[in-house]
Amino acid sequence: MEGIKDRVAIVGMGCTKFGELWDKSPDDLMIDACWEAFEDAGVDPKDIQAAWVGSTMSGRRGTMLARPLKLEYIPITRVENACATATDAFRNACYAVAAGIYDVVLACGVEKLKDTGFTGLPGNLEIITSEVTPPSPPPMQFAMAATRYFHHYGLSYEQGKRILAKIAVKNHHNGTLNPKAHFRREITEEQAINAPMIAWPLGLFDCCGVSDGSAAAIITRPDIAKNFKQDYILVKGLGIACGAQQAVLQNTYDYVHFQENVAAGELAYKEAGIKTPREEIDIAVVHDCFTITEMIIYEDLQWSPKGRAPEDVESGFFSLEGGLPVNTDGGLKCFGHPIGASGLRMIYEVYKQLQGKAGPRQVKNVRTGLTHNLGGSPGWFTSAVAIFGRRD
Amino acid sequence: MIGITSYGAYIPLWRVNLSEIGRARGEKAVSNFDEDSVTMAVAAAMDCLKDRDRSKVGSLYFATTTSPYVEKQAATIVAVAADLPREIFTADVTDSTKAGTTAIRMAYDAVKAGSAKEALVVASDKRLTSPRSDFEMNSGDGAAALLIGDTDIIASIEGSFSVTAEINDFWRVPGDSFLRAGEDRFALGEGYIKATRDAVSGLMKNHNLSLQDFSRVAIYAPDSRRHAELVRGLGFDEKKQVQDPLFGKVGCTWTAHSLMLLIAALEEAKPGDKILLAGYGNGGDAFYLQVTERIKDVKNRRGVKKHLESKRMVDYATYLRWRDLLPEVPSAVRPVKIPSTTALWREQREVLSFHGCRCMNCKNIQYPIQRVCTFCHAKDKYEEVQLSEKMATIFTYSMDYIAGTKDVPMVVTIVDFEGGGRTMLQMTDRIIEEIKVGMPLELSFRELSSVGGIHNYFWKTIPVRV
Repeated sequence: MEGIKDRVAIVGMGCTKFGELWDKSPDDLMIDACWEAFEDAGVDPKDIQAAWVGSTMSGRRGTMLARPLKLEYIPITRVENACATATDAFRNACYAVAAGIYDVVLACGVEKLKDTGFTGLPGNLEIITSEVTPPSPPPMQFAMAATRYFHHYGLSYEQGKRILAKIAVKNHHNGTLNPKAHFRREITEEQAINAPMIAWPLGLFDCCGVSDGSAAAIITRPDIAKNFKQDYILVKGLGIACGAQQAVLQNTYDYVHFQENVAAGELAYKEAGIKTPREEIDIAVVHDCFTITEMIIYEDLQWSPKGRAPEDVESGFFSLEGGLPVNTDGGLKCFGHPIGASGLRMIYEVYKQLQGKAGPRQVKNVRTGLTHNLGGSPGWFTSAVAIFGRRD
Repeated sequence: MIGITSYGAYIPLWRVNLSEIGRARGEKAVSNFDEDSVTMAVAAAMDCLKDRDRSKVGSLYFATTTSPYVEKQAATIVAVAADLPREIFTADVTDSTKAGTTAIRMAYDAVKAGSAKEALVVASDKRLTSPRSDFEMNSGDGAAALLIGDTDIIASIEGSFSVTAEINDFWRVPGDSFLRAGEDRFALGEGYIKATRDAVSGLMKNHNLSLQDFSRVAIYAPDSRRHAELVRGLGFDEKKQVQDPLFGKVGCTWTAHSLMLLIAALEEAKPGDKILLAGYGNGGDAFYLQVTERIKDVKNRRGVKKHLESKRMVDYATYLRWRDLLPEVPSAVRPVKIPSTTALWREQREVLSFHGCRCMNCKNIQYPIQRVCTFCHAKDKYEEVQLSEKMATIFTYSMDYIAGTKDVPMVVTIVDFEGGGRTMLQMTDRIIEEIKVGMPLELSFRELSSVGGIHNYFWKTIPVRV
């Protein structure tokens, strides 16, 4: 089984500012993100041979991308895979290039959440059911993991909240250094701990925001990539894993780890040839939809031993100056989470960091970067891990 | 011989202090916002059917004046939720507070005629009363269930007597939220007092009974004053013979009221005791029952007594919110979706009966039913198992403060069932400070939502009541 390692390259990327973009439509967002990518790659939109567009609720069909961009009569596929939607659109684009079907393709993710008129996520609007499953908004779902994590590892509420607060403080700090972030304000641990409760034990600052945004990437083969630019970025590994609701069906499931993360990480690490992730990954942008999620990811992706992530949080290992800076761009915490766009927004940050173009938040000597998405709820997540590296 | 073979009851957890309503002492039982006459009936039926062979039940009579549907049988919901067999006769007995005793008479007749081996009578009411009215003061919520059969009888039905009474004393027309009532001296005097008295007198005359024959007298009443007036007028000894009508504790539970009083009497009864039961509502039904030796065999019932002891207070404003009697600001929360009636129909054994499955290959229990086993991946090798009576413990939980339900925070639990199985369910009747991982829970049938004319029922978790 041949993996994706070094078989595709990113030659251009774009990302809108994320936030409550009341004056932007999904079309505006896609145009802004894709044109930045076209200009970054120096590619004419007419040269795009195929495209994948990720969105969970802002449009349907490939035509949602063709119409605003005026991509004419090329194959375009709309992708939906929860919070991993954009990463999966990117993944499908990579595979088409690696298969030799196309030379230059576009992957775009977009979401317009702030037109719904309500706070939070709308859930499955179109799926018709008996509606007896308990209403389970994301904060509540992940709060159940926090409750269990505290219980399982014997953390008091106060201890647990303080550790989670440190993650929020770190990501908010990183966000202040990023002009494209939605929230750009430092917060304190006390603020985070004492914030209004959203879904106990998670408070306001344990939760990411809800925002609008779009991001896009131009993908090609490495042998063609140098025609576009010298500092193109190589894809080293792509892993996606879907759960079968084991956590809620099996009373043996511990709820303090998410097996989908573990599986997606192993797939990507294997492709990338990474054996010691804690040492080999230089930066990571992960799915911090909630602070507890980021903490569990540290363990699931083998950066911290099980139950020991709090120690690494305490020591600042994941801060911008630490051994493995995580969410260098501010994460979902500061960007908010326009679901269909987030995966490509994360790739955008890793791309910029690998090129050394991340400005005041640039981490030194970044050779390998990782992105991670997690969508759904415990037991039936879609988890995606992507690994990127510089050309040799 | 035909009589009662089992009983069960349900009184909601919550009580309102009557001093919050007016000048009165004591309290009344009020159901939570997610309870109605159907959910309370299911709880009483489950109490009554505990350790019983459900396959013997041939008829179900659901007595209520507060069915959630104007047209559509509600007994069917009770039957499926209580996991009764499909091959039974079901009927709603409605439109008068006498429906409870009327259903007993119908069940008796069915068993006597041989059309049912056992017949289940469930009476339940959740009446909407206008704030600070006398009705609100006197009304309470509750349910009672009686199994009527011809073997292993705990109290035989020795005779009955009924009178009909055409009178507009209390009534509602379609669209009325609250009860209309005639001038009370007329309505109560010529309605309640007269018809109930005539039914009791007729029964005693027909069976040559004297006042002293009865060790217990369980008589419906709309309020304590009329109850006292009636039993005094009939000549019963209030202290020795008359069953406490539960005013100041529960209130009048309408169709369920006299049945609950009978159950309370049975809880204290000795073999040989004679009990008088009477219900009223556009007529009176009176019964004469005799307790048998088998009364000692009735165990493991919560009945009236244990439910009375298990209670929590709720403030009056919260109670009014539960009843939608306080105007609310339109919420910034998305409206609840209308459930698919086809999906509800298709899933009723899982949703209403709360059946999970046991894999015949690896024996693991799962909820909801999984055609492919989550453990061993065997396909279509399972048997259905009823999980609604299983005890459970909290594996983990969270409390959502912004989900916009009536009981903020919305508590959702992941529970592990005794004997296997895990699922995620909403929790109700909870005290926030008492929730913790490992807490023992049981299941309770509740109304999840009511949109588009569909009352969507499902099970929630509650702290163990007793």
